[in-house]
Amino acid sequence: MPVPTLPSENAPVALAKPPDYAIEFDNVSIAFDEKVVLDRISFQLPHGETKALFGVAGSGKSTLLKLAIGLIRPDSGRIFVLGDEITNMSEQQLFELRRRVGIVFQESALFDSLKVDENVAFRLMEEHISAEEIERRVREALRFVELERTYDMYPSELSGGMRRRVAIARAIITKPEVLLYDSPTGGLDPVTSNTIVELIVKQRDVYKTSALMVTHRLQDAFTMATHYFDRTANKMLPLPKGQYCEVPMSFLILRDAHVIFDGDGHQLATSRDDYIREYIS
Amino acid sequence: MALELELISPIDIAKDLALAVQEYTLLAAQSLANFFRRPLYMGDMLQQADLIGFGSLPIVVLTGLSVGALLALNAASTLQRFGGITLIGQLVSLGMVTELGPLITGLMVAGRNASGMASELGSMIVTEQIDAMRALGTDPTKKLITPRVGATAFMLFFLTIIADLLGLIGGYGVAHLIFGLDTQQYWTSVWQILVFRDVFTGLVKPVLFGFIISTIGCYYGISTRGGTQGVGRSTTQAVVAASVLILVVDFFVTKLIFAIFGYR
Repeated sequence: MPVPTLPSENAPVALAKPPDYAIEFDNVSIAFDEKVVLDRISFQLPHGETKALFGVAGSGKSTLLKLAIGLIRPDSGRIFVLGDEITNMSEQQLFELRRRVGIVFQESALFDSLKVDENVAFRLMEEHISAEEIERRVREALRFVELERTYDMYPSELSGGMRRRVAIARAIITKPEVLLYDSPTGGLDPVTSNTIVELIVKQRDVYKTSALMVTHRLQDAFTMATHYFDRTANKMLPLPKGQYCEVPMSFLILRDAHVIFDGDGHQLATSRDDYIREYIS
Repeated sequence: MALELELISPIDIAKDLALAVQEYTLLAAQSLANFFRRPLYMGDMLQQADLIGFGSLPIVVLTGLSVGALLALNAASTLQRFGGITLIGQLVSLGMVTELGPLITGLMVAGRNASGMASELGSMIVTEQIDAMRALGTDPTKKLITPRVGATAFMLFFLTIIADLLGLIGGYGVAHLIFGLDTQQYWTSVWQILVFRDVFTGLVKPVLFGFIISTIGCYYGISTRGGTQGVGRSTTQAVVAASVLILVVDFFVTKLIFAIFGYR
C-alpha cells in the first residue's frame, strides 16, 4: 500500500556534526525483584540506522526501550542518547531530552480521554504552538499514516492497527532524531503489519531517523532489511538481488539477559550459532 | 490443587508501610511545589474544579440538608426535657460550622472523588498512558496531580460553606415546622453563637481535607499495579485511606485550634 508523502519531506537536512551514536548502551544491567533482566548489555545504534531487537517473551526487550528513554533507570552501566549520558540525569533534564526522541508503545498508550487530533498534537500543545500550526502539522502527520479521517474520533473508536498508526503519528509529529518502537506490528493482521512496516521503512529511508524496534515478527525485520522506500514511486520496493541488507538495518538478539547477536542481516543469515539458526528458521 | 500461603514477616510489612508513607509524602510535597513552577495547567485545574465542585454539588446539598435536620431533631428531644428548645439554633450552628459541615462534605467528596482519581490515574498507569506522557516530555505530577490538588482544596472550601448553610436551613426546617420555634429567634441564635474561632476552624478544615482527598486519590492511582483488578483495589483503598485520614486529621486540627485559641 503506497504511503502518502509529507509536504515537508524534501526540506534540507541539518548538517551539524552529530554525536558518535544515536544510542549507546555500556555494560547496562537491571534486575526486578532479584531477577536479572539485562546483564551487562552493550551495543551501539549508529545514526540513521534501524536496529531490530529480538528475544523470547520476558527477555527484557521492552525494558531495554524504557531504559533508552529514561523511563526506568539501570542498576549499573551507562546509557547515552544523542551524545548525552542519561543515566544520572534528573527527571526534568530527561523531559527536555525526550522531546528529541519518539516512542511507540506496545499497546499504543493513546490518551483515551483525548480525541485523535489532541493525542497527536499533545507535544505541540505543551510547547504552546499556535492552533493553526498545530492543526496543519496534525493533519500532515495523520496523512502520513493514512488516518486523516480519524481526526475527530476517540481512540476507543479505532481498531488496533489504527491506534498503532495514530501512535506513530504522535511519535513522529515533532520529527524526532530517534524513534523507539515497541512491537509495532504485534497482534496485527499481515496487511496492517505491512502498512506499519512500510511507514517505519519510510521513516528510516526518507527522514534518516535512527530507530530501535522491538519485534517478535522476524519476517517484518527481514522485510525491512530487503526493502527500501522509493520516493519517486512513493512506496516500499524490494532491493535488487545482491543488494539485500544494503540498507541501514541491523539485528540484536537477547537471550538469558545477554546480547547473543548484534550485526547486520547478512551476518544473521550466516550465523553458525544453533540457537540463532533455530530462531530464524 | 494445594493452596500455598506465603507468610510475610512483620519487618517487611513495616518496611512497605514506611516506603508508602515516604512516597506519599514526596508526592504531596511535589504537588504543592508544582504551584510555584511553570507550566501551571490552569485549563486542567478549571476542568477538575468543574468535575469535583459542580459534580459534587447534588450530594453535598442533600447531605447538608439531612445532617442539619437530623442534628436539630436529635438535639431537640434532649433540649425539650430541660426547657431549652430555644438553644436548638446554637447547637445546629456550632455543630455544622465547626465539625459536621467540613467532615461530612469531606467524607462525601472523598467517596466520590478520591475513588474517581484513583481509578482514572490507575487506568492510565496500567495502559502505559502515564509512561507515554513522560515519554512525550510532560511531567505527570504537574499535568495530572497538581490541578487535582488545587481544584479539590479550592472547591471543597466552597462546598463546605454550601453544606453549612444548607445544614442550618435543614435545622431551621425542623425547629420551625416541628417544634414551632420562631424564625427570628432561630437565626439570631445561629448567628450570635459563632465566634471567629468557629468560622476559622470550619474554613481551614475543608482546605486540609481537600488536600488529603486529592493527594491520597492520586497516590493510590499512580501506585496501581496488577491490571484492572489493581485499579479496583486502588479505588477502594483510596476511599478508605482518605476517609480515615480525614477523621484523624480532623481530631488533631480541632485539638490544635483549641490549643491556639483556647476553649470557650
